[in-house]
Amino acid sequence: MSLLELNDVSKRFGGLMAVGRMTFRLEKGEILGLIGPNGAGKTTIFNLINGYYAPTEGTITFRGERIDGLKPHVVCIKGLARTFQVVKPLARLTVLENVMASAFCRTDHREEARRIALEATAFTEMEQWRDRLAGGLPLGMRKRLEMARALATRPELLLLDENFAGLNPAEVEKTIEIVKKIHGSGVTILIIEHNMRVIMSISHRLVCISYGEKIAEGTPREVADNQQVIDAYLGVARA
Amino acid sequence: MSPQLAGQIELLGQVLISGILLGGLYALIGLGMSLIMGVMKIINLAHGELMMVAMYMTYWAFTLWHVDPYVSLLIVCPLMFLLGVAIQKFLITPVMEAESILPQNQVLLTVGIGLVLANLALLLFTANYRSVPVSYASKTIYWDLKLGGQTISLSISYPFLTAFGIAVLLGAALFLFLGMTDLGRMIRATAQDKRAAALMGINTRKITYITFGIGAALVGAAGALLDPVYYLYPQIGGPFTNKAFVITILGGLGNIPGAVLGGLVLGLAESLGSVYVSLGYKDAFGFIIFVLVLIFLPRGLLGKGRAQ
Amino acid sequence: MNRKAIFAATGLALLAVFPLAVQNPYVLHLLIMTLLWVLLGQAWNLLGGFTGQISYGHAAFFGVGAYTTGILVKSGLSPAAAWSGLLLGGLMAALIASVIGWICFRLRGPYFSLSVLALAEVLRLVAVNWKQLTNGAEGILYIPAFRSKAHYYWIILAIAALAFVVIRAVMRSKLGFYFLSIREDQDAAESLGIDATKYKLYSLLISAFFTGAAGSFYMNYLGFIDPGIVFSIADISIMMILVTILGGAATLAGPIVGAVIYILVSEFFRVWFKSGHLIFFGILIIVIIIFFPAGIVGTIKERRAGRKLRRAGAARESAAA
Repeated sequence: MSLLELNDVSKRFGGLMAVGRMTFRLEKGEILGLIGPNGAGKTTIFNLINGYYAPTEGTITFRGERIDGLKPHVVCIKGLARTFQVVKPLARLTVLENVMASAFCRTDHREEARRIALEATAFTEMEQWRDRLAGGLPLGMRKRLEMARALATRPELLLLDENFAGLNPAEVEKTIEIVKKIHGSGVTILIIEHNMRVIMSISHRLVCISYGEKIAEGTPREVADNQQVIDAYLGVARA
Repeated sequence: MSPQLAGQIELLGQVLISGILLGGLYALIGLGMSLIMGVMKIINLAHGELMMVAMYMTYWAFTLWHVDPYVSLLIVCPLMFLLGVAIQKFLITPVMEAESILPQNQVLLTVGIGLVLANLALLLFTANYRSVPVSYASKTIYWDLKLGGQTISLSISYPFLTAFGIAVLLGAALFLFLGMTDLGRMIRATAQDKRAAALMGINTRKITYITFGIGAALVGAAGALLDPVYYLYPQIGGPFTNKAFVITILGGLGNIPGAVLGGLVLGLAESLGSVYVSLGYKDAFGFIIFVLVLIFLPRGLLGKGRAQ
Repeated sequence: MNRKAIFAATGLALLAVFPLAVQNPYVLHLLIMTLLWVLLGQAWNLLGGFTGQISYGHAAFFGVGAYTTGILVKSGLSPAAAWSGLLLGGLMAALIASVIGWICFRLRGPYFSLSVLALAEVLRLVAVNWKQLTNGAEGILYIPAFRSKAHYYWIILAIAALAFVVIRAVMRSKLGFYFLSIREDQDAAESLGIDATKYKLYSLLISAFFTGAAGSFYMNYLGFIDPGIVFSIADISIMMILVTILGGAATLAGPIVGAVIYILVSEFFRVWFKSGHLIFFGILIIVIIIFFPAGIVGTIKERRAGRKLRRAGAARESAAA
């Protein structure tokens, strides 16, 4: 049984088919990368998995259980966490309070939540930033905060949405390190990323999407050599 | 046809006429708020108070200088436009750009403005009911229908009919203005996407001033039209603000034809409800429809408004 | 026990013994009204300031509480026994709130606010029209149970203090974290496992309970209510908001400061001008929103935080020098 399965998932917005007949599997312990040109529907897929949208057609199963149509907070409690591409810090709370808020997912006690939050911020190397207001953080730290918050919910599957966008090379290296650490601690990862170097180097497998449909699946090498993928990114030359 | 049935039909006809005429006026009130909400995404909870200001302007024009309310439209509307621009420019815009812990600062601001306007009127003009006793205030037009051997007599109030007619004209003028003039197009563009409009060179700040001014002028016109048929007192604004946002939601945000439909629906609901269900709960029908529409039809009656 | 707790306990003790020293009924009346508004401000602040759900219709809960006691009294219950109305008033208000919440929480932001206002108006119309139950626009009149104001003072002090303690405890708990998260970003909160609708409802229920209890108290203390008074948008709903934003929304001390100023200003206007206080409050709302959106307590906190940052910055600079 795969950890996450999408079967024939489609999402229509009025007349627009944002995602069409999407089918793929994610095995436990994998890092699966989702790539594709801008507007291909990658974040929509995340929104479908995480419960923000319900699919027009198709099913999504997590650990064998159907989760399509469930609300986001239910999906999170089941062990599936996500970060946001457009970061959503709880601006007027400190970093630690942000992470405590998500830690309360697993406990009712303030002290326990605090402990989990301290752990998660240490794990993502945010100790210095703990008492800063989340709204005042630089972009790199806000993205780190998204990860820390997601981790505090003790997920089995983590959806990372463009965590590397807008980071400078040093921050990119550090974030790769942290993602590998997260993976090493037993979390399965589904990642959307435009930074090719990053996603090629950390993913075990890739799925490439264009105009809402899957056009390739395989190891990074296989997908990179796939003509359709190249066409999708670079456009087809007109004779 | 039996006389009883004829009587029922007569009553229904009367109720429908009242509802439609009233609905036209309500539509004019709602149009202003819908426009403001559509362009600036602000709910103007001082809308009714703006109408009250216009009503007092019309009242004094009549009482001091014998200016007929329909004529004073020509003075009241521009004055209300200026008042609207001033409010938007000096009070609302500064707040729109500031950050705050309360998510609805602008709305609260309009609450404050409404409070000041209503109580200023109370202070200056006292709570006494005022009326504008024009010569045609109780003039009625009779319309007799022959149906199945019985005569159905319907009476239509002349001031209401005139108000309805002028409201229709103003509504049509607004529609043409928005659809065919450059300024109107700029307003629509700002309503659809403020940032994109700004990027296209539209001075969105000026547009917000003008829009609020137009909204105020429209509700001011409604006030002037209402003077011959309503008793005027400082707190008259509140219930009309409520009706305005009911209409705006019914019609879908920023949707002009929708606001017209919303106004008619509200007018009919009140008219039918007050006669066939209960007079005391007249205002409640609008609210109940409002809540039902919010829940079941988040895009408004026409399904074309912007969902939240 | 830390400094703040000692300060608060002393303050409470002083307040408690106050009527033993001062018996002037006018002064006691002012204090009672102040405490009533402290209670109301705190109640609105929980839902509005801390959870970010702005309600323009809280008079609904005040009115329900007032009429719960009013109806009990009207049905012949003795004034002394009518005190049970306090708890009952709070519970009835919470019950109505659960219905209103169930309907309105599907909506967000201003749509939520307006729908609560709409339902509050419907309740007012019910109070006016259902004459058998409520006496309609004539209102309900009865003779207060206690002749001495001191008893009322102690009761409202107890409820207001209870509200403070409860709200403070809530805000320090998981519930409070969830309220703040919902306020900051409801979508992010949901992705973090927070059932936003459920927690918004909890916030509303607590808020409505205390507002209803305040309404019940009002009936018991003043002896007269009618729909226009207790369901009033301007005098109750909006003033609850004013008291909170004046003192500082989303702070624990804010509603207290706001209530004190509100009562002082109201009295001032009542004594010297007989009316016009609403104009002043309208202008005050405008001024607060444009210039001091954080309210008095909020602005003080911001300035202090700013000073701390500047001092830290200066310290770092001098250390680096």
